[in-house]
Amino acid sequence: MPTKSTRDIAASFTRRGVLAATAGLMLGLASISGAKAADDTIKVGVLHSLSGTMAISETTLKDTILFLIDEQNKKGGVLGKKLEAVVVDPASNWPLFAEKARELITKDKVAVVFGCWTSVSRKSVLPVFKELNNILFYPVQYEGEESERNVFYTGAAPNQQAIPAVDYLMKEEKVKRWVLAGTDYVYPRTTNKILEAYLKSKGVAQEDIMINYTPFGHSDWQTIVADIKKFGSAGKKTAVVSTINGDANVPFYKELGNQGIKAKDIPVVAFSVGEEELAGIDTKPLVGHLAAWNYFESIKTPANEKFIKEWQAYTKNPKRVTNDPMEAHVIGFNMWVKAVEKVKSTDPDKVIEALPGTEAPNLTGGVSKMLPNHHITKPVFIGEIKGNGQFDVVWKTPGLVAGDAWSKELDGSKDLIGDWVGKKCGNFNTKTNKCLGSGS
Amino acid sequence: MPTNLSARFCTFVLSLFLIAFALPAFAGPFEDAVAKFANDDFSDTEEAIGVVASSGNTLAFPIISALQDGRLMADPDSKKVYVTGADGKSIDAATGQPVASVPDSASAVRLNNRLRRSVDAALGSLTLQSPNLGTRLQAAQSVFKSHEETALEAVDGALAKETNKSVRVALGEARAAILLFKSDATEVEKLEAVATLKARGDQEALALLTGMGDQPESVTKAAASAIGSIQNSLAVWSTVQNAWYGLSLGSVLLLAAIGLAITFGVMGVINMAHGEMVMLGAYTTFVVQEVIRTRFPGLFDYSLFIAVPLAFLVSGAIGVLIERSIIRFLYGRPLETLLATWGLSLVLQQAVRTMFGPTNREVGNPSWMSGAFELGQITITYNRLWILCFTLAVFAILLAMLRYTALGLEMRAVTQNRRMAASMGIATSRVDALTFGLGSGIAGIAGVALSQIDNVSPNLGQSYIIDSFMVVVFGGVGNLWGTLVGAFTLGIANKFLEPIAGAVLGKIAILVLIILFIQKRPRGLFALKGRAVEA
Repeated sequence: MPTKSTRDIAASFTRRGVLAATAGLMLGLASISGAKAADDTIKVGVLHSLSGTMAISETTLKDTILFLIDEQNKKGGVLGKKLEAVVVDPASNWPLFAEKARELITKDKVAVVFGCWTSVSRKSVLPVFKELNNILFYPVQYEGEESERNVFYTGAAPNQQAIPAVDYLMKEEKVKRWVLAGTDYVYPRTTNKILEAYLKSKGVAQEDIMINYTPFGHSDWQTIVADIKKFGSAGKKTAVVSTINGDANVPFYKELGNQGIKAKDIPVVAFSVGEEELAGIDTKPLVGHLAAWNYFESIKTPANEKFIKEWQAYTKNPKRVTNDPMEAHVIGFNMWVKAVEKVKSTDPDKVIEALPGTEAPNLTGGVSKMLPNHHITKPVFIGEIKGNGQFDVVWKTPGLVAGDAWSKELDGSKDLIGDWVGKKCGNFNTKTNKCLGSGS
Repeated sequence: MPTNLSARFCTFVLSLFLIAFALPAFAGPFEDAVAKFANDDFSDTEEAIGVVASSGNTLAFPIISALQDGRLMADPDSKKVYVTGADGKSIDAATGQPVASVPDSASAVRLNNRLRRSVDAALGSLTLQSPNLGTRLQAAQSVFKSHEETALEAVDGALAKETNKSVRVALGEARAAILLFKSDATEVEKLEAVATLKARGDQEALALLTGMGDQPESVTKAAASAIGSIQNSLAVWSTVQNAWYGLSLGSVLLLAAIGLAITFGVMGVINMAHGEMVMLGAYTTFVVQEVIRTRFPGLFDYSLFIAVPLAFLVSGAIGVLIERSIIRFLYGRPLETLLATWGLSLVLQQAVRTMFGPTNREVGNPSWMSGAFELGQITITYNRLWILCFTLAVFAILLAMLRYTALGLEMRAVTQNRRMAASMGIATSRVDALTFGLGSGIAGIAGVALSQIDNVSPNLGQSYIIDSFMVVVFGGVGNLWGTLVGAFTLGIANKFLEPIAGAVLGKIAILVLIILFIQKRPRGLFALKGRAVEA
C-alpha cells in the first residue's frame, strides 16, 4: 500500500536526513553497509525505511530480504558467489529515498535493489534507476498506471485486488450501495477513480456511491462512521471499500466496533489491512470484515507452511506474522535469482531482458510469471477477519490473474499497454500504435 | 457480555437435560442436514441451518448456538458433527448422545457473513420464548433485522405469551417488519406496520421503509409521510450528535494539549518532544496490560487505573531528566530549544521502536470502555464518554493543584517573576524541573487515555503535537482556561465543518480560521497580562 503515514507535515519540514540519520546511527540501526565487501560477492540493495513513520511496515520487508539472502547463501549463493545485503535507511523521507538509491548504485555498486513502500517513494527513486540503469523490485500493491523498464512490480495492480473484491461483494453479498473510503493521497484516489468507473459500468447509480477521503493518521472517525451508518440505512445492502492507510485503520475499526456496525450488516473490505496491521487490534469485534490480498498467512500449502516456519526460526519469534508484501518479495527475489542464473550475469540490461517470462512459485500453491509489462500473475483471495487476527479465505479467483499496468476502466488508459519485450515501451497505445514516450 | 453468555450456557445445559430424555436417533432429513455441516461448503451449511432451524428438533438450538460460537465441530472424514460445550463435554449433533471426545481431525464449521445472518435469524426465532429476558429482547431484534416470513408464526406465538413491555414492543416491531415485506399481507396490516415503524423512528426503521419495494398506493403514501417525519427528527438529532462528537474531539484535544499548556504555556519551553511523552504513557499502558494478561488476567478491567499513576511517573521522571540534562541549558533560546527537543523526540521514537518493534501494539479496551449506548437517536460510545469525564477530572485536579498547593504557588511565582521568586527563597531550578516533570507526567496520563482510541505505535505522539500547539496558541499561552475553551471550540467547530466540507477540507478550514484569528488576537483567546508576557 503506497502510504505516507501520519500527519507528517512537521516531519517532512524539519526532519532533514541529517537529524534522522544521526538518531538512527545512535541506536545502531542505520546503514550496515560499512563493512567492506570482497569482490566475490554479489551485492543486493535493500531500500526500506527503518525509522520514521513508514518503519512500521517497511522494517519487516528489510528482514524478509535478509532472510531470503541468508537462505540463498545456504544453497550456495548465485553464480557461485555469495549474496551480500547492503541495507540503507531512507527514514520515511521521500527525497532521501532518491539519495540513498543513488548511493546504493554508484557507491555500493549493487546488482539489484529491493525496496520502497509508498508510491511517492517509488516515484522519487524512478529517475535515479533510469539514469543509472539498475533494477528495482517493488513489492506493494499500488494504483497502477505505470510501467517502467527498470522497475518490476511484484505487488498487485488494481485489477488484481480492488476489482475482484468488488466483484465478490456484488455476487456473494449482493451489495447495491457502496462507500469508497480512503486516505487522501494518490493510491486511494486513483483506485477509487477506477472503482467508481467500474461500478458505474456495472449499473450502479451515482447516488449509490459515496466517496470519502480523510487526512493521514485520521483518528477521530465518529462523524464518518455515523455517516456510513446513515448511508447504509437506505434499504439497500451497503458495503465499505476501504483504502484507508495502515495507521488510521486502528481507530477506524475501533469506532466501527464501538458503534456496533457488524460485518453482517455493513461489511468493510480493506486493501491495506493485513496480518501486520491487525496485530495491533483486538479483532473480536471485527470478525467477518474482509480484506483482499494475493496472499494470506492462513493459507495452507506446504510451501507456505515451510516459509512461515523458517521465517519464524530466522526471526527467533514464534509469533511473527507474514503478509502479502513479504510474499511479493519472495516471488521477486526468486525471479531475480532465476534470471541471473539464466543469463549468467548480474548486468542489469541482461537481467531486465531475461526477467519477462521468468516463473517462480508463489506461496499459495501456484506459479507466478513475470509479464512483458513488468507486472506478475497472482491469485486473488478474499479473507474474513477471524478472532485471532488471521484471515479465513472465503473466496479466491479460479486461476492466476495477470496484472494490468494500465487500468481498462479509465478513459485515459484503457488503450495503453506496457510491453518491454516486443514493443520496448511502457505506455504503448494500441489504438494509434504509438509509444507515448517512456520507451527505452 | 457475561450475563448473556451464562444465559446461553444455562439454556445449553437445560437442553442437554432435555436431550437425555428425548427420543434417540431417528434417521431422517434432520440427520442428513446435520451431516451437511461437515461438507465445508458455505451453501451446504446454509441449507443445513434452514433445515435444522425449522425441524422442531430439541437439538436445533444447541446446534445453531454452537455454530454461532464456533463450537460446532465437524469431521470431514467420517462426516460426523459434534457440539462441544463450554464445560468441555461433547455430544453427537445428529443423535444428541454424549461422546467421550471429539476426534482431532474435526474442525469448527466455518461461517461467512451471509451465514452469520442466517444463524442470527434462525437463533432469533428459536429463542423468542427463552426464559431469559435479555435473550428474548435480542431474539426479537434479530427477527426485526432479518424480517423473514417464516418467523411470523413464532413471533405471533411469542407475542401472545409475552408479558414484558419492552419485549412486546420489540416483537411488535419485528412483526411489522415481516408484514411490510410479506406479499400477501392485507393493506390494513401493512398500514399498521408503517405506523409501528414510524413510531420506532430510527435509521433501521428508515432503511426498511425506503427499501420496501412495490406496495399498494395507500401504503406507499403512508410510508412516504413516515419517511419524511423520521428524516426530520433524525436531522435534529444529527445536530445534537455533531455537538457530542465535537465535545468528544475537544476532550481528546484538551487531554493532549493540557501537558503542553504547562511546559509551553506556563514555562515557555517549545517542547517538540511533548508528543513522545504521550506515546510513553501509551506504551506504559501496553506494558501494564501485558503483565496483567500473563500474570493476573482477572485484573484486566482495572488495568487503566494501574496504568494512570505509572504513566504519570514514567513520563514525569523522563520529563525531569530531560529538563535537568538538556532544557535548563537552553532557557531563553527558543530556537535551540525547538531543535533540541525535536531531535530528542526522534531519539525517543527510535528508542521505543528498538525496544518494542516498529509495529502497532495491542492495547485492549476494558469491558467498561467498549461498546455504546443509545441516547434518543444518537449513539454514545463508552470510551469517548469516559475520556471526556477523565479529561475534565485531570483538568480540575491540575487547576486545584496550581491554586491550592505549595508547589503550585511556587510554580506560579517562578513563572510570573523568576528573580523575585528567587529572592523570596524559592529554589527556582528545582521548581523548573518539577514543573516540566508535571507537564510531561500529564502528557503521560493523556497517553493512557489515547491508547484506548488510537494506535499504540512509535508515531503516536507525532499526530498530536501539531494539534496540541494549535490548541495552546489559540486558547492563549499561559492560561489553562484558555486551553480548555480553545480545545472545545476547535473540537466543535471541526465536527460541524466535517459533514459539510469533508474531513480534509474541514481541517484546512480550521487552520485558516486560526491563522486569521491569531492575526486579530496574537495572544489567543485569553491573553495573559502582566510581566510573564514579556518574559
